[in-house]
Amino acid sequence: MRRVLALVVKELLAVLKDAKSRVVLIGPPLIQLIVFGYAATFDLNHVPFAVYDEDRSAASRDLLARFAGSPAFSERARLQSARRIARLIDAREVALVLVIDPRFSRDLFSRRPAPVELILDGRQSNTALLILGYANEIVTAFSEEWMRAHGGKEPAALLDMRARYNPPLDSRWFIVPGIVALLTQVVTLLVVALTVAREREMGTFDQLLVTPLSPFDILLGKGLPGLLIGLVEATLIILAAVWWFGVPLRGGLMPLYFGLLVFVLAVVGIGLMLSSLALTQQQALLGAFLFMVPSIILSGFATPIANMPQAVQDLTLINPMRYFLVVVRGVFLEGAGFSALLPQYWPMAAIAFFTLLAAAWLFRRRVY
Amino acid sequence: MSEKAQILSGAGSLGRLNGLLRKEFAQIARDPSSIAIAFLLPAMLLLIFGYGVSLDAKNVPLALVVEKPGAAAASFTASFMHSPYFRPRRFLTIEKAERAMAAREVEGIVWLRADFTRRLAAGGAPIGVIVNGVDANDARLIEGYLQQISAGWITARAEDRGMPAPMPIRVQPRVWFNPSLRSRNTLVPGLIAIIMTLSGALLTAMVIAREWERGTMEALMVTRVSIHEILLAKLIPYFTLGMGGMAASVAMAVWLFGVPLHGSLLLLAAASALFLLAALGMGLLISSFARNQFVAGQIAIIATFLPAFILSGFLFNIDSMPAPIQAITYLIAARYFVAILQTVFLAGDLWSVILPNMAALALMALLFLGAARLLARKRLD
Repeated sequence: MRRVLALVVKELLAVLKDAKSRVVLIGPPLIQLIVFGYAATFDLNHVPFAVYDEDRSAASRDLLARFAGSPAFSERARLQSARRIARLIDAREVALVLVIDPRFSRDLFSRRPAPVELILDGRQSNTALLILGYANEIVTAFSEEWMRAHGGKEPAALLDMRARYNPPLDSRWFIVPGIVALLTQVVTLLVVALTVAREREMGTFDQLLVTPLSPFDILLGKGLPGLLIGLVEATLIILAAVWWFGVPLRGGLMPLYFGLLVFVLAVVGIGLMLSSLALTQQQALLGAFLFMVPSIILSGFATPIANMPQAVQDLTLINPMRYFLVVVRGVFLEGAGFSALLPQYWPMAAIAFFTLLAAAWLFRRRVY
Repeated sequence: MSEKAQILSGAGSLGRLNGLLRKEFAQIARDPSSIAIAFLLPAMLLLIFGYGVSLDAKNVPLALVVEKPGAAAASFTASFMHSPYFRPRRFLTIEKAERAMAAREVEGIVWLRADFTRRLAAGGAPIGVIVNGVDANDARLIEGYLQQISAGWITARAEDRGMPAPMPIRVQPRVWFNPSLRSRNTLVPGLIAIIMTLSGALLTAMVIAREWERGTMEALMVTRVSIHEILLAKLIPYFTLGMGGMAASVAMAVWLFGVPLHGSLLLLAAASALFLLAALGMGLLISSFARNQFVAGQIAIIATFLPAFILSGFLFNIDSMPAPIQAITYLIAARYFVAILQTVFLAGDLWSVILPNMAALALMALLFLGAARLLARKRLD
């Protein structure tokens, strides 16, 4: 036990002694949390748009005022001719041009559907789709009020929409808990992935192997520092998510930290496995990258797993981040407890078990 | 002057560069991980992401609760059956549907109460909709689809009865450059930028750090080789590899993912060259700053991939970010490359987008390469 402890202390020192690597571990993740927390949002704010109003009536002005007043949009230009539309859209100066037909108010008063054209930039398809949704909302609200004011009949049925768990549909509530998983994985993997490879490259791993330490001891010695650093890092990010970003933490800390522990163990296992497979630090880093990038993009962090083709969905089953994302979001937003999260815990535990076992086995087998 | 020195000086600067280049190429050929970074990494990532990253919600599991069956309720629910967006499941009570949503079996609930048919005649009959808001973007898309379907049903019903149109305004969306709003057309060009950022910086981030760590940098310093020649010898092979990876990515985008390429290949190549110079310059800068592979690798991951993923505008709308964050995005080379790629692929050679973005890339390449040159002075600390 004392031997293992000595190894743990040595590993921690190796990471924390160097000023540059200390800064790299603590500074960037916190800066990234703040920057990404604000940047990664699917909500629209101040989207630039232009207006080409051929009708110039009280009704069209009323509709346009609603667009200008919405926080989602910000008016950049009033066009006098249709020619400038292409220039503005082409140069990406605006993402939306509202074209109000000259028949707009006439049709409105004669109860024929009054045409409003929305020109969107399809180069960014998701933004275009979101703009369309926001614009439809504004137009619907205008229509309903106009019908009421002009003695029209209410439509036969009305949608009464509510969102469970996130009533304001604030996408930050979705992304910020995701960043807990994202940065915890990045930092833990980086700490662990190079440890064995560095010693291999320097030749000190052979020395370690001839000491009385068993592969299990080496595993503990190499894994514990990563586990500790990962847990501390995650705690910092969770605190920031709650106190800085104001994301509601509805569930208990126990199910969250249990999930975190299993997740970090799985990441440590993967990192150690990659590290003991690699002969040089460059290979280890490449391996960490080849795992990390797909595991982030295919985790459901930004784009839903349900949208992926079946084969890719099956591939995500070996990705621990996929499960931990459900755990963090479940605990934060839904207040989920142990029993609801059990289907997420055990696959992570299985990944941790197998990768740690493989790493311990590889320590001895791969000697060059 | 020794014989060896004579040979070296006689060969001149070009000969020295030649020798260094042969050394770099030999090193690349010996350790296949560089070739893997250049070709295998982009191809593999593009393959997985091109198929995996999609924002188009399809076949969303949806609970339909009809408390009292009737002709109106049946025609309303029928409009969900043929929608590509939803995979409806019927539930008898709202409690059961809510339980299914809590267990993540359905993403949303549409609830027709017992008095639905009766209240239709008077107007304003409520259709209850509850969506799982955890993924706010997905929830918004689902709400949009539901709105479309119900508006379609209400309009069709009014027409059947010869009543005036219930909605006074008809919104006609016209989407330029990507009329079907296929998210793959947007995401694949964006992904190419992300992947090239990654392989570009990774390729060079560790090479100079490795020479420092192994002590071979000091060996190089005592030769007549100038620092220019060392940097050039590092740049040229990896630039070649990077352009090869870029060509492979574009070919995959066009032939495998069916993304239309409206612009010219020449322009695409020019923009890629500028971008690669910026990315490699950043890698060199990291490499000569860090001087050890551990730190260099960490900085390369933290400073390249994640910012390019989140701040380049490929997934998240830059205009919607707070002003200080928008200011940061100007420092991300991928931002300019994403804009160029999306335009050249989907819209064509629109100079109003390409010129300013190319200029920004050129400036960044100059900045990074210049800084790398300054930092990589021949000195021992």
